[in-house]
Amino acid sequence: MHALREAFAAVRRAPLLTALSAAMVALALFVVGLFGLVAHNLHLTLDRIEDRVEVVAYLRDDVRSEELAITEQELTALPEVDRVRYVSKDDALIQARQEMSEFQELFADLEFNPLPASLELALVPGNRDPETVARISEQVGLYPFVEDVRYGEEWVERLFLLRHMAGITAGVLGAGFALVAALIIATAIRIAIFARREEIFVMRLVGAKDGFIRRPFLLEGLFTGLVGGLFAVLLTYSAYAAVYSLIFPLEWLPPEWVLFGVLVGGGFGLVASTFAVRRYLREV
Amino acid sequence: MIKLADVTKDFPKRGPPALQKVTFHIRKGEFAFLTGHSGSGKSTTLRLIHMAHRPTGGEVRVSGFSSALTSEREVWKLRRRVGMVFQDFRLLPSRTALENITFALEVTGTPRPQLIPRAQRLLSKVGLSSKAGSRAHELSGGEQQRVAIARALATEPLVLLADEPSGNLDERATRGVLELFHELNASGMCVLMATHDLDLVRRFPGARVLELNEGRLAYDSGAVS
Repeated sequence: MHALREAFAAVRRAPLLTALSAAMVALALFVVGLFGLVAHNLHLTLDRIEDRVEVVAYLRDDVRSEELAITEQELTALPEVDRVRYVSKDDALIQARQEMSEFQELFADLEFNPLPASLELALVPGNRDPETVARISEQVGLYPFVEDVRYGEEWVERLFLLRHMAGITAGVLGAGFALVAALIIATAIRIAIFARREEIFVMRLVGAKDGFIRRPFLLEGLFTGLVGGLFAVLLTYSAYAAVYSLIFPLEWLPPEWVLFGVLVGGGFGLVASTFAVRRYLREV
Repeated sequence: MIKLADVTKDFPKRGPPALQKVTFHIRKGEFAFLTGHSGSGKSTTLRLIHMAHRPTGGEVRVSGFSSALTSEREVWKLRRRVGMVFQDFRLLPSRTALENITFALEVTGTPRPQLIPRAQRLLSKVGLSSKAGSRAHELSGGEQQRVAIARALATEPLVLLADEPSGNLDERATRGVLELFHELNASGMCVLMATHDLDLVRRFPGARVLELNEGRLAYDSGAVS
């Protein structure tokens, strides 16, 4: 109770210092928030592109419907395969006419349908990497009535290379931003505690227990970090809203990321206070 | 009450040891001056007694606490038995005289309803009842030192350490503060005062004098031969 009272009394006594510390925390986390926003949207975009990864097995014209039904069942049963869609020769031609309108004349002059029937295999998310896709393609190609299997080998490899690089870049940059934010927050909290080092001195001098001395400062650090984290969310949301309405639509951060960001602010504040108080506790 | 046995204190990279093989024993209720030039080791001795520093060699024993056995976590127990005042008072300048005392009382566990009555009693004891509402920085040097003494008494210590308490005071304030120390001593409190001012020491011919010179105990008027 004393800790809570002292923590709020400290905020009341030096509101400007608390506000400045919280603002520093907010700005540091705002940069991390902006980075998170970019990383999240990049991730979603790559996810959407990855959704288009599929294996297409082109079938010979003499495939029998019973064979086809069994094959569809077998392929659907594979854990990596999400669903299997049969595209008949007629459907393939209709689809081609719709998707390739610039060849309308060519399609009109056709005397017979040259397009093969096919099986389109959509893969379960997490199984769209080049190795898995190649393995499934090889497996599908073993059926005697499968004439050819395509999955855009080069395209899938490039997509995964891009995804891999984006992951590493995001990890390194994210860690860098988080580190800078942590240092800024630690400095902000240290400044706030430095201003109250005399109180720590007096408390140690007269025989207050270390835990008793620490608690108000830890609460103050936690409070400053949480307030800074909340302001960082507001700033990030403002930036998101501005980009959404003025430049292009994008997705807001998942709620668990937002909660995590605010908690990280509080956590950084708490840890920074712990170290700063420890330093002054050693002085007396 | 305070016992130093062969105490050495060495601060690495700061030249010769601050204290070398210092031994003395101050008994319960005694009033002692610790004298010597600047840098002779007076403040270091007080800080060792207050366990802000630990000896490099030897042992410090204060009111049942041994420097060898008291952990950092337990120092607070010693601090409640040993009050300390400084030349620069170390008050919280933006708080009133009363608040400086209630702060000390509160952080050492005094129940809230007792804070103000006890702080008022302590201020009255040092003759500053009328200044309870004045902020520390508005008080004179002598008054600030009295508030510091009242704060040191908050935990009803058995020992009072004073590090050059009159260093920033004029003649009149010095006299008042010294009288206060003597009153406290007369009530049974052990007082150890570090000072380089020999005039001050001469005013109290009955007090014990310990003189430090370059970290060694050069003279002890109360030594038992």
